[in-house]
Amino acid sequence: MSTQLNSKIPAGPLGDKWSSYKEDVKLVNPNNKRKFKVIVVGTGLAGASAAATLAELGYQVDAFTFHDSPRRAHSIAAQGGINAAKNYQGDGDSVHRLFHDTIKGGDFRAREANVHRLAEVSVNIIDQMVAQGVPFAREYGGLLDNRSFGGAQVSRTFYARGQTGQQLLLGAYQQLARQVGLGGVRLFNRSELVDVVTVEGRAAGIVVRDLITGEVTSHAAHAVVLATGGYGNAFFLSTNAMSCNVTAAWRAHRKGAYFANPCYTQIHPTCIPQSDEFQSKLTLMSESLRNDGRVWVPKNQDEKRSAADIPEEDRDYYLERLYPSYGNLAPRDISSRAAKRAVDKGLGVGPLKNGVYLDFADAIARLGKDVVKERYGNLFDMYERIAGENPYDMPMRMYPASHYTMGGLWVDYELMTSIPGLYAAGEANFSDHGANRLGASALMQGLADGYFVLPYTIGNYLAPMLNKAIPSVDHPEFKAAELAARERFTGYLNIGGTRSPDWFHREVGKIIWDYCGMERTEQGLEKALSELPALYDEFKKDLRVTGNGESLNQTLEKAGRVDDFFQLGMLMCRDALERQESCGGHFRAEYQTEEGEALRDDDKFCHVAAWEWSGDPMTAKRNIEELEFENVHLATRSYK
Amino acid sequence: MSNHLKDIILKIWRQNGPKDTGHFETYKVDEISDEASFLEMLDYLNEQLITDGKEAIVFDHDCREGICGTCSLMINGQAHGPERSTATCQLHMRKFSSGAEIVIEPWRAAAFPIIKDLMVDRSAFDRIIESGGFITSVTGGAPDANLIPIPKPVADSAMDSAECIGCGACVAACPNGAANLFTSAKIAHLNLLPQGQAERYKRAESMIEKMDEYFGSCTNHGECEAACPKEISIDVIALANADYRKAKLKNRKFISRI
Ligand SMILES: Cc1cc2nc3c(=O)[nH]c(=O)nc-3n(C[C@H](O)[C@H](O)[C@H](O)COP(=O)(O)OP(=O)(O)OC[C@H]3O[C@@H](n4cnc5c(N)ncnc54)[C@H](O)[C@@H]3O)c2cc1C
Ligand code: SF4
Ligand code: FES
Repeated sequence: MSTQLNSKIPAGPLGDKWSSYKEDVKLVNPNNKRKFKVIVVGTGLAGASAAATLAELGYQVDAFTFHDSPRRAHSIAAQGGINAAKNYQGDGDSVHRLFHDTIKGGDFRAREANVHRLAEVSVNIIDQMVAQGVPFAREYGGLLDNRSFGGAQVSRTFYARGQTGQQLLLGAYQQLARQVGLGGVRLFNRSELVDVVTVEGRAAGIVVRDLITGEVTSHAAHAVVLATGGYGNAFFLSTNAMSCNVTAAWRAHRKGAYFANPCYTQIHPTCIPQSDEFQSKLTLMSESLRNDGRVWVPKNQDEKRSAADIPEEDRDYYLERLYPSYGNLAPRDISSRAAKRAVDKGLGVGPLKNGVYLDFADAIARLGKDVVKERYGNLFDMYERIAGENPYDMPMRMYPASHYTMGGLWVDYELMTSIPGLYAAGEANFSDHGANRLGASALMQGLADGYFVLPYTIGNYLAPMLNKAIPSVDHPEFKAAELAARERFTGYLNIGGTRSPDWFHREVGKIIWDYCGMERTEQGLEKALSELPALYDEFKKDLRVTGNGESLNQTLEKAGRVDDFFQLGMLMCRDALERQESCGGHFRAEYQTEEGEALRDDDKFCHVAAWEWSGDPMTAKRNIEELEFENVHLATRSYK
Repeated sequence: MSNHLKDIILKIWRQNGPKDTGHFETYKVDEISDEASFLEMLDYLNEQLITDGKEAIVFDHDCREGICGTCSLMINGQAHGPERSTATCQLHMRKFSSGAEIVIEPWRAAAFPIIKDLMVDRSAFDRIIESGGFITSVTGGAPDANLIPIPKPVADSAMDSAECIGCGACVAACPNGAANLFTSAKIAHLNLLPQGQAERYKRAESMIEKMDEYFGSCTNHGECEAACPKEISIDVIALANADYRKAKLKNRKFISRI
């Protein structure tokens, strides 16, 4: 029997839920806030904004990051922009439209109430970030400029050149730094969470490994927030930064937090194709390029001519042909699969025939090179540095790559996981994007969670705990977790096998990519589920970690992360196997329409799968949360 | 199509911890594709070292897209290597040729102690930001974003300064180990914007004084600008200094009106 989960969605009409929640929520008196300690793990957009705001309110905050500075979090790499229902362009945008686009973009697999709240607070985010000095792009009149992104027919995306994530993170980091300077936040850098500790069923704190000294210590608090990012690096090659990993979420899962929809992963359509076997990561080219670039492949498999010499009649602008109303701005999952099909048919371009063209020749002719340079100059430069070709003269070559993970820790409306007092925010939770995330909505969600949701919902949990002491770090649960962590890391050092953690990461990533990537089948997933445990056994016997555990050791750090990717990989495949339908980023070849689009099964699968740890990912228990749609009509997604 | 480079000789700084004296060790990479990035070449070398039972070379890196500011190497004496306005992680082997001899060192500056091998501690930068590199704006109280129109040229120049990735190449390149380019870029970003005016002089004063606690002083060599992967212009230093001087004038109330 599976447990039905309570998402604690407030009663009342959709548009009133969040305001009535805020009116009813329990409050902590300003003078009492300093009696509470909150741990925030992760200092990306979600973590930095949460830590800064909680400290501003008066809570004592301890913030942890494995990076050397909060400013390095992976959020920094977001290029394209952030959505908000400001309707500054007067093109018909509204909170309701953003809500609707997000639900539809997520292929009707997200919670209505959460998504509506996200759309509501989106407007506050822009106000907040501008007040902090984020230099968003502006029109000549001095007002804010917008662009459009995939899956939307309005221009609601705010941007700062091609570095929106950088500018937003610097904004949130600066607010965090201000609180560190004022003493409201204690910052622990180069400190990696290696376990979550619960006492009497509630979150009591975390166990952390100091990456410089290898020392393992415990930290206790009244509540713990995990804002530790996504798990896209499970595939090894992805657009995520090298150190992104699932450890924090996975260790919480092992302590009782449910892991929701692990198979919902997003493959981004526009990344620079792999060029050789040394490749360590893939580079994303912002989706904003699809505003002006046109995607095409040659019609003929044996095409030998260079792009510029191929006449119009021999080109297939397949997105414009298949999805006329959205064209090159079709959502990511749809665009990615279309690219895969073209390449699988042998129509790929480039030396390895592993890409499709993204062509700016028409845009340059229409707008002039200067305008194109102004809009995308830094992206073009980046492409040239990596690919060694100049996109002003030659179309870019693109191929899909792992980019974002919609799945993550299950949270209720208050962003609390299934462990009381443990919260998850940003990409680490599963909450708002359903089976597919729209472009420019992750930054929005991270900042919404950290600035505008958690500061309210945490108070509701803490208020009744006034004057309740924090468990001591000498509590047996902490001691046991510390010991287990020390033993785990010494264990990796002692295996003395022959293969590096990177070698295993590459192999495990390849299995997940091949069978649980852009297209999944029952047969493939079963194969993965027999190969993964076998490779994991080999990992435990044949891993080689050189160096020691008492000084900085990146090989050892990596070993711990790869261990967790193995376990997560099994759960991803199990989740993909059990979900016998296609939706958003989860495409099961057995379930498709005649035109090759995702075919949902709303009767059987209109729910969230929330997996419960059982001691082994291969036997984890699948719980469900039914999704109810009262305000949108469950339709077949169409972008034609 | 990719070509392969052969016999690359690497002289790499190895230092076992902050207290160790450190030394160069020589390694050879027999063959590597010219499509590989510089850091992928180091990954490859590290894989070999691990296979040989040796400890991998420690170096800082993360995004590998030139934006997080984590990577930091002196390559043949140049911060971030030979390609202009390019961070180490964006440097590719096609910039080198077979048989090349490459010397790789960490950032060297008094304010950036070495943690291990090629990794240094740049937290002094965080201390500078904590001292005033922000606009005080309590969550929830902000007015509508379009209430303050900002002329495009102003927004653009604030953005030019805001592009700094906090890598520290400017400090490493400076003969005095000064952090004026980094600090001034942040001051300029916030002081140019209307939202930043209320704290303008206080910001310049606290940040520059905090910087002076850790870093050497600027004597206008200009090496910082040449090393900066984001092409932050040295003009920001003049701007920050001007604000600092004004902050130091006694009649601050008067100054805040001009
Ligand atoms: C190349 C790229 C471009 C993107 N572009 C866009 C875009 O244009 N628009 C958009 O909306 N979204 C974009 N995204 C997605 C978006 O950037 C991310 O989803 C979002 O920034 C995640 O923010 P976060 O705060 O949840 O996590 P992150 O920013 O990933 O932060 C995670 C934090 O957790 C810490 N951490 C993790 N594990 C541990 C641990 N075990 N112990 C201690 N600390 C830990 C890290 O140090 C870090 O501080 C992009 C993503 C990529 C990869
Ligand atoms: S000013 Fe340039 S060199 Fe200095 S930290 Fe910023 S980006 Fe790096
Ligand atoms: S690794 Fe991020 S800037 Fe080089």
